[in-house]
Amino acid sequence: MTIQDRVIAIIAEQAVLDPADVTPESSLADLGIDSLGLVESIFAIEEAFDISIPFNANEPDKSDFDISSVASIIAGIEKLVAEQAGS
Amino acid sequence: MKRVVITGAGTINALGHDVPETLAAMREGRCGIGQLEFRDVERLSIQIGGQIKGFEAEGHFNRQQMTLYDRFTQFTLMAAREAIGQSGLEFSGDLANRAGVVLGTAGGGVSTWDDNYRAVYEEGKNRVHPFVVPKLMMNAAASHVSMEYNLRGPSFTVSTACASSNHAMAHAFQMVRSGMSPVMVTGGSESMLCFGGIKAWEGLRVMSKDACRPFSANRNGMVQGEGAGIFVFEEFEHARARGADILAEVAGFGMSSDAADIVMPSKQGAARAISGAMRDAGIAADKVGYINAHGTGTAANDKTECAAVADVFGPHADRLMISSTKSMHGHLIGATGAVELLACVMALRDGIIAPTIGYEEFDPECALDVVPNEAREAQVEVALSNAFAFGGLNAVLALRRV
Repeated sequence: MTIQDRVIAIIAEQAVLDPADVTPESSLADLGIDSLGLVESIFAIEEAFDISIPFNANEPDKSDFDISSVASIIAGIEKLVAEQAGS
Repeated sequence: MKRVVITGAGTINALGHDVPETLAAMREGRCGIGQLEFRDVERLSIQIGGQIKGFEAEGHFNRQQMTLYDRFTQFTLMAAREAIGQSGLEFSGDLANRAGVVLGTAGGGVSTWDDNYRAVYEEGKNRVHPFVVPKLMMNAAASHVSMEYNLRGPSFTVSTACASSNHAMAHAFQMVRSGMSPVMVTGGSESMLCFGGIKAWEGLRVMSKDACRPFSANRNGMVQGEGAGIFVFEEFEHARARGADILAEVAGFGMSSDAADIVMPSKQGAARAISGAMRDAGIAADKVGYINAHGTGTAANDKTECAAVADVFGPHADRLMISSTKSMHGHLIGATGAVELLACVMALRDGIIAPTIGYEEFDPECALDVVPNEAREAQVEVALSNAFAFGGLNAVLALRRV
């Protein structure tokens, strides 16, 4: 499974949707994921990839990690996974 | 001042998953205490408890709810469903805005603390689930009841160790009696039966390894239980106007503080709470037919409690019945008063006095009618429910037959 597939599976589970319905351009809000669901999704992604995501729920827009869409989340995770592999 | 009645009751505990099962067990003098089952139990020197068996959160709650509900919250919601269902109340409009929920717990989400400490300390994990805090907080159960039933009035959690639910119910009673709220949901919940929960209690060396035998000369300590008891307290006219089935009247309460010792009970403190409850309810001592004792099965509590009862009631102490149902369901700590109030309701409503089981040997320091081993039929007009907590905080409720 690619990083993209795994992230989409996690988000789909959180949103109680079929992974096919989780498109890259959708935002988490579009998928019905609230703030608590967002924090839970980030936890699940951290657990799955053993990475640490720089995200502060107080300032989601100012975080280094872009959560504006599924695609941006996937891109951010790919970067973190790559950095971790290189370190 | 308004009169306050109970129009709904719910429970889950080691004797049953609802009120009818629990009362049937109390009538039969059945023991719910047995071998504890959870992770690392073999490392405990105390391995018995009144553990709830056969309960699975799956089927009662959805996946999202289960990630948010500690076991003490699950117990609360099960009992609340039964109690509020029985009351027949639905909360909307002005009633919803004035009705609230006051619950007692001593430990809150103990197993959530336990599981996550284990993860970060023992297993070396550096990340915990985001819901750890909302799951373990002491008010989680009260908050989820408020959300589930749209209770928008005064709501909070009271924590006074083993008297938590009696203090909570006394407070809810006050709120209805004063006219502040027509309906309050109240009671308590506890779930400490996990490795850390029992290990902490082991340290005090007050736990029995074999059985809870309150008032028996050969008693050797308390046994922990778990579960919840929830009640609907309703203003009498409000209940009567809608033709609600009234289980009993809450007539009064007494509270006191020993101001003496953090663990040893005081006869004077207990006596002041008992006499305070009767004074508050306007009930003469000789009208009390049954006392559900705190009756923990420790050497200190039982003799102190009996001495307090003897002092308060004088010659009538020999005529009333006093039993400890902890012998059957164990000590539910912050929830214990709530589950034990069911025995008082049964005494008043059904005329059946729950026994003190495991009673084997007469103790001259507990020379009262403790209803040994077998339930008894008796007409009772007034019943008291005692709770005397560590820290010397006492709360006694008085119920009257309706």
